[in-house]
Amino acid sequence: MSIRVTSISKRFGDAVALDDVSLAVESGSLTALLGPSGGGKSTLLRIIAGLDTPDSGTVRIEGEDLTDAPARQRGVGFCFQHYAPFRHLTVRRNVAFGLEIRHRPKAEVKARVDELLELVGLAHLAERYPSQLSGGQRQRMALARALAIEPKVLLLDEPFGALDAQVRTQLRRWLRELHDTLHVTTVLVTHDQEEAMEVADRLAIINHGRLEQVGTPADMYDHPANEFVMTFLGPATRLHGEWVRPHDLVVHRVADGKPAVAAVEGTVSRVTHLGFEVKVDVALAGDDECWVQLSRGTASELGLEAGQRVWVARAESAAASRTPMLSA
Amino acid sequence: MRRSRWRLPLRFGVLGYLTLLVILPVSTVFYRAFQHGLGAAWDAITSTDALHALVLTLLVAGIAVPLNTVFGVGVSLILARHRFPGAWLLDALVDIPLAISPVVIGLALILVYGRTGWFGGWLTSHHITVIYAVPAIVMASAAVSLPYVVREVLPVLQEIGTEQEQAARTLGAGPLTVFRRITLPNIRRGLAYGVTLTTARVLGEFGAVAIVSGAVAGKTETLTLFISDSIDSLDTQSAYVGAVALCLAALIVLTLLTVTDRKRDDWHKGVVA
Repeated sequence: MSIRVTSISKRFGDAVALDDVSLAVESGSLTALLGPSGGGKSTLLRIIAGLDTPDSGTVRIEGEDLTDAPARQRGVGFCFQHYAPFRHLTVRRNVAFGLEIRHRPKAEVKARVDELLELVGLAHLAERYPSQLSGGQRQRMALARALAIEPKVLLLDEPFGALDAQVRTQLRRWLRELHDTLHVTTVLVTHDQEEAMEVADRLAIINHGRLEQVGTPADMYDHPANEFVMTFLGPATRLHGEWVRPHDLVVHRVADGKPAVAAVEGTVSRVTHLGFEVKVDVALAGDDECWVQLSRGTASELGLEAGQRVWVARAESAAASRTPMLSA
Repeated sequence: MRRSRWRLPLRFGVLGYLTLLVILPVSTVFYRAFQHGLGAAWDAITSTDALHALVLTLLVAGIAVPLNTVFGVGVSLILARHRFPGAWLLDALVDIPLAISPVVIGLALILVYGRTGWFGGWLTSHHITVIYAVPAIVMASAAVSLPYVVREVLPVLQEIGTEQEQAARTLGAGPLTVFRRITLPNIRRGLAYGVTLTTARVLGEFGAVAIVSGAVAGKTETLTLFISDSIDSLDTQSAYVGAVALCLAALIVLTLLTVTDRKRDDWHKGVVA
């Protein structure tokens, strides 16, 4: 295990930021700390980096207890949401900073910085100042700066949070490729579940200062430990008081007869076409309602429209992913 | 167009205001200083008392300005980087010299450090003379120029935030390295301006220094006191030359600031762009 935090608790005044959180991060993995804003995930990342101190608990990196070590001795690379570029230094000097303060020979610094600038695609901007770069370029510079000291672990705090949607998508794909090249143990904080699932090998979901669940994206999507993870990781709706993914539901017309599986009768209240996907809202008996995600083909086959009487049931293939704990 | 109609009157208004208040009076001083020729001016400034006043003024500035620079940066760092009860009080205390008259500050120094003051007995028994001597002049000058560095540096520190410093720490920098390589370059402009204001204030201080120095010609007379003394004794040539010396000292400080500010300024331009 590259990072192991044990029973970390942290309060800011009366607010509990972290409540007895324990987490192990495997060497070479890319783990996302995922959860809503203010849930404590950034605090956990800052505690690992030594930028915040926990009230209790321990932090180990590569087996070494670093709970009381200052940030500068931890050998972590940290990237901030707003990049924290050194505004008075050029891109080259920003990246060289960690090496320069260690008084490495000039030739070695230059070679290493050139290599890193090449890696992050900023070689042509080496003599610019951070203010002359775009957000995405600044983030890549910050990443190169953090990598220059050959950190044991790389910590990224909402690395794409301040970027516009298009750059964000490009950059997270790029980050994944970079990770596959370097294999530096990486922990990334994000509140965007899609981003986490796309980039990370493992997710750790943190909410209200507690660790809700840890696992691979696919496993957690199919087997969420509780209602929060279920609703946070993807679309969710309720059928008979039980949480279910709306794409795991099927619709039958009442006119075609009652299906063999356990089904609930209802009335289509609205059909929304979202390109490939069609969203069908169904009003069930007793003021209950749910929604079903269908492909365009299936929807047009059924010829669904508002006011139609339908049966809603769980798809046969989805039965396996049923999570018994999810009664509301 | 409305703008073009107002542009000329506005320019003349501003220029006229500056002329009446600054340009005209100051040029008159320069004219008067040299109206009897360079020789007379030279004789006046190289008189024993004038030279002594000039040297004393530079000495006082040479001590008080570095003191207030270090103190000002320290207080700014404390106020910007730490949360503690009573921070507002420290913040307000720093401004006191701006709010109250320098004469009051001088008087207060006498009450504490004078022969009959709180520390008077202790100081006398240790043969330390503060009041009516150079230490009091330095203290008075430092007191009145206390806020300038803080008021210039603190907002800059607050604006840049702590993330750059945190980033430097994760990269392996200790507190001194962080200050020298990250904080200082970031506050350089504000600091330079604060130091300039402090210097100008110390060079030009009259009221507080007049109270605590005793204004003994050739001993505890700074340039401003020398000018005042010369006017009182109707030695106008000395007064004008002293005034010119004061102006030139200020001009040199301003020039130094502009020169250092021009250096390595690319990243500031970048910020604007």
